[in-house]
Amino acid sequence: MSNRAAGSAPAAVSVRNLRVGFGAAEPVVRGVSFSIAPGECLAIVGESGSGKSVTARSMLGLAGANAHVSADRLELDGQSVLDLNDRAWRARRGKDVGLVLQDALVSLDPLRPIGREIADSLRLHTSLGAAARARRVLELLDAVGLPSPELQVRKLAGQLSGGERQRALIAAAIAVNPPLLIADEPTTALDVTVQAQILELLEQITNGGTAVLLISHDLAVVSRIAHRVAVMHEGRLVETGRTEQVLWSPREDPTRRMVAAIPADKPRGTRLTPTDRAGTPDRPGTSTAIPAPIPGTSSVVLEAIGLSKSFRRPDGSRQCAVDDVSFELHRGSTLGIVGESGSGKTTTARLLLALQAPEQGEVRVFGRPWSAAPEKTRRALRASIGAIYQDALGSFDPRWSVADILADALGVRHQRRALQADTRLTSLLDEVGLAASALQRRPLELSGGQRQRVGIARALAGRPDILICDEPVSSLDVSVQAQVLDLLDDVQRERGLSLVFISHDLGVIHHVSDQVAVMRAGHIVERGPASRVFAAPQHPYSAQLFAALPRLSL
Amino acid sequence: MQAELLTGADHSGRPRHPGLVDGAAGLLALFLLVAAIAPQFLAPGDPLAIHPLAAFQPPNLTHGFGTDESGRDIYTRVVHGTRYSLVIGFAATAIGLGLGVILGTLAGTLGRVVDFTVNRFLEVLFAFPGLLLALLFIVIFGPGVATATIAVGLSTAPGYARIIRAQLITVRSAAFVEAATVLGRTRWQILLRHILPNTLAPLFVLGTLGIGQAIVWAATLSYLGLGAAPPAAEWGAMLSAGRTYITSAWWMSFFPGLFIVLTAVTATVLGRSIDRRMRHL
Amino acid sequence: MRRTLGRITARLGGAVFVLWAVASVTFGALRLIPGDPAQAVLGGPGSQASPEALAAVNAEYGFGRPVLVQYFAQLGRLATGDLGRSYALNVDVGPLVLSQLGGTLLLAVLSLALAWLLALALATWSTRGGKIASRVGSSLEIVAAALPHFWFATSLIVVFSIWLGVLPPISTGGIAGLVLPVLTLAVPLAGFLGQIMRESLLIALESPFVLSARARGETERGVRWIHALRHASVPAISLSGWAFGSLISGAVVVETIFARPGLGRTLLTAVTLRDVPVVIGVVMIVAVAYILMTLLTDIASHLVDPRLRLT
Repeated sequence: MSNRAAGSAPAAVSVRNLRVGFGAAEPVVRGVSFSIAPGECLAIVGESGSGKSVTARSMLGLAGANAHVSADRLELDGQSVLDLNDRAWRARRGKDVGLVLQDALVSLDPLRPIGREIADSLRLHTSLGAAARARRVLELLDAVGLPSPELQVRKLAGQLSGGERQRALIAAAIAVNPPLLIADEPTTALDVTVQAQILELLEQITNGGTAVLLISHDLAVVSRIAHRVAVMHEGRLVETGRTEQVLWSPREDPTRRMVAAIPADKPRGTRLTPTDRAGTPDRPGTSTAIPAPIPGTSSVVLEAIGLSKSFRRPDGSRQCAVDDVSFELHRGSTLGIVGESGSGKTTTARLLLALQAPEQGEVRVFGRPWSAAPEKTRRALRASIGAIYQDALGSFDPRWSVADILADALGVRHQRRALQADTRLTSLLDEVGLAASALQRRPLELSGGQRQRVGIARALAGRPDILICDEPVSSLDVSVQAQVLDLLDDVQRERGLSLVFISHDLGVIHHVSDQVAVMRAGHIVERGPASRVFAAPQHPYSAQLFAALPRLSL
Repeated sequence: MQAELLTGADHSGRPRHPGLVDGAAGLLALFLLVAAIAPQFLAPGDPLAIHPLAAFQPPNLTHGFGTDESGRDIYTRVVHGTRYSLVIGFAATAIGLGLGVILGTLAGTLGRVVDFTVNRFLEVLFAFPGLLLALLFIVIFGPGVATATIAVGLSTAPGYARIIRAQLITVRSAAFVEAATVLGRTRWQILLRHILPNTLAPLFVLGTLGIGQAIVWAATLSYLGLGAAPPAAEWGAMLSAGRTYITSAWWMSFFPGLFIVLTAVTATVLGRSIDRRMRHL
Repeated sequence: MRRTLGRITARLGGAVFVLWAVASVTFGALRLIPGDPAQAVLGGPGSQASPEALAAVNAEYGFGRPVLVQYFAQLGRLATGDLGRSYALNVDVGPLVLSQLGGTLLLAVLSLALAWLLALALATWSTRGGKIASRVGSSLEIVAAALPHFWFATSLIVVFSIWLGVLPPISTGGIAGLVLPVLTLAVPLAGFLGQIMRESLLIALESPFVLSARARGETERGVRWIHALRHASVPAISLSGWAFGSLISGAVVVETIFARPGLGRTLLTAVTLRDVPVVIGVVMIVAVAYILMTLLTDIASHLVDPRLRLT
């Protein structure tokens, strides 16, 4: 990472009125303009489909085979790149602009050692010999903070951890020191703590004089390192400005909605979206009071007592997934379980749903044995526990339509023809904010948010008292996530549900939980009321985790 | 087993409208079906009728495909032989699929010990590649149409079994099966409503692809003198008879073989077309 | 290292098991033939065997003894490499089969190599151009894969030997005699392998790591040869074991048509004559060759894609 004298050099990239279209369809990018000075970080934020990735790829001439790119001005390092032919572009790519994609596991060739991947740019753009290239690769790996580079050089991407391979990917992109680095969702596949480290690395690169264009759907993530933020909506940049200004005093509606949709730091009950469940505007936030317990009954609806479960690894040794986990879920409240990958939260979910049996400990539902009971007895109780999953699509039988799914969950037969007149089905759909026309569709034809709504409808069909939510919003856009979270909140209040909400996303957990349990390596390291734990974490791991949480408060 | 990996989806993920190739395949399939059910419509003559004076005629206006060594019209024989070959193909595929379903289901549903055993059994069968198993069967039970058909069926069974077992394992551990458990379904209900339909769904396509393969193998056995024998109007048998005259009367071998190829290609194209359609349902 | 050694031992153990199972199957096959097993050895139920010949066979095979004793005696014989004797041809099966092995192996190896080349060429060419090249390539592959060996062989003979006269219709030894047989076996296999390769190639060309490579300024050729083709060849390598088996199966037809010496022709003659010892001998040798080839392709797959396990 060299040091460029900022201010005297030309803008690393300068774009005016960029338009990109595919074939005869509506243009995906409609007149985008921005410029980035050396040593500056500009973030383009928007939902999926807003055109931000296409914009980024156009800076490399890689918008797509049948893309039609035009602009008043498109310059890299002061030189125009409009209408370049392939050969001229290849000379620029890697040298004048570098690209970092998300998920290094698939963005680096999984069959090649990372050393070779990194050396590619050196081979293509410099005249260094093989030995010199090898040395430079080691320097680069060191510069991006990869420990023991000599040992890692020969490894494949799959043999490194998530953070390590993302660093390697960044090293490959900055190998010949391009003045502009484009990072397209560089931290999306990573754990929160690792995410913070990678953002720090990008900040270092920015401070070294490289201009960085950061593409993301997550405003909170970019607020850490971006000097300026541009909000993209339906192909246009609706608002651009310094980060603090855009986040704290947004001027445009899309920006406001995005800021409002961020769940972190918003206590339970605050609405994230200004619309009601079906998307029609305005319904004021309602009370967050937890329903009072019915006298004579315990308020504990679900209880985990000393759960333990281990698995056999491929090489025969045992791996402890869950170790002595205990917690209680009270009626009408939400227990949030948060942990990074490998913390055991998924196994915990499966134990709660009795999809697997614990080796030690038990789960009790309404004070009655649940995990210890035989499946026959359990089945009668299953209607009181529902579940929604991260992969909604995978949880539906691929041959079934929405009507099939809901009718099956309700335990009724349905008429193929008069679907929309079937009030049992339509009332369920109504409750989750879907139109009756969704009944004939197949889940494949629906969007991510709609699929999750169908999943919620299916879970509600059995009139459960408890809902286990296993990463239900992790694969959704921030704005769609906000809608689904609001919907869950509404449904919970209306039906008096008790929720166990499992996620790796601290912001979401912060928003939805009354009580929170922090998991790490199979143990619960801290437990307590959400407001207290988040404000004053007592265990060092929780403290570290929360410190890494990208928040809008700078 | 060619069927194994041929079910690749249309890459773009968009459903394609029936193109030229699909249309041509459809027409051919229609022709073949008519030829099998009611060959008199397409070839009114008698496939066994001998006209010694008209022997060895090359393709001309009276005899579109020429005549054979006994003066029989080859076009008529080819058309009438369709039934033979299609029946053998269907029967062999049915045997193979049936056995394959049984073996694959046993392996996939009855626990690890059975799975291991069946897997080893399949491995052994695979050590007799291609026709070898069929030939072993024939050396035991003697040549003939029935034996050849069963032999081909047996040879294709291991391939089907492996595919079905793999599909069963995938479906069994799929997320929607777990979701059904959470909803409170019994194991039987899950098996009948989710696992079996999703496992057996690709069978239709597999079978269609397999029929072409089965017809080719059965014809090969006949060609080698181990299946149907002349003067039967079965395509392979015709090829076998034509073998001796290959240098002087090439048309005796060419046209029956052409029809075998066309049938196999038609089955493949139709199978893939149906597969694509089913993926977008 | 220890894990790899453990796995290889497991594989070898599996191979021995399969061989034992094949031997048992052939043992059972001989006794399944209707009628007197001694007569089966001499050429099946229809053969006119003399009482002396029957007595000799009975003495050698020991058909009078209990089945289990016969079974272990047979296994013992096989383990020492004694494959019995063919009475129809009046030679020992072992040396006969081994002498024929070379011809078939030559055909199989050459055909596999040619099929790979053709498949690679077709896959790369058809993914370079636009939709038309892709459709043409796909159609060619389907038609090629559907070609029956016997029809293709006879058509080739008609075109190249009879009409054009450039190649001999039956093998007279030498390279010219190899061309048509190898072509016959290679083209249908190339159709099949080509389909697999093309689909994997298309997927690879649209994956993120190729985008990363392009973003570094990699040329199209570099993208293909350094990245995409390696991914595309992995499934084809895995299938090469099966492909080898299907080539041996195809050799039965091809050696017969082109009158080439080899296991295939030997096998067919034996089946037609109901010469059971030879059939058993060929089947055993083929099983050994097939198992070895499968092991080789597994190792090759693992070398190319270390993510694959060696099971």
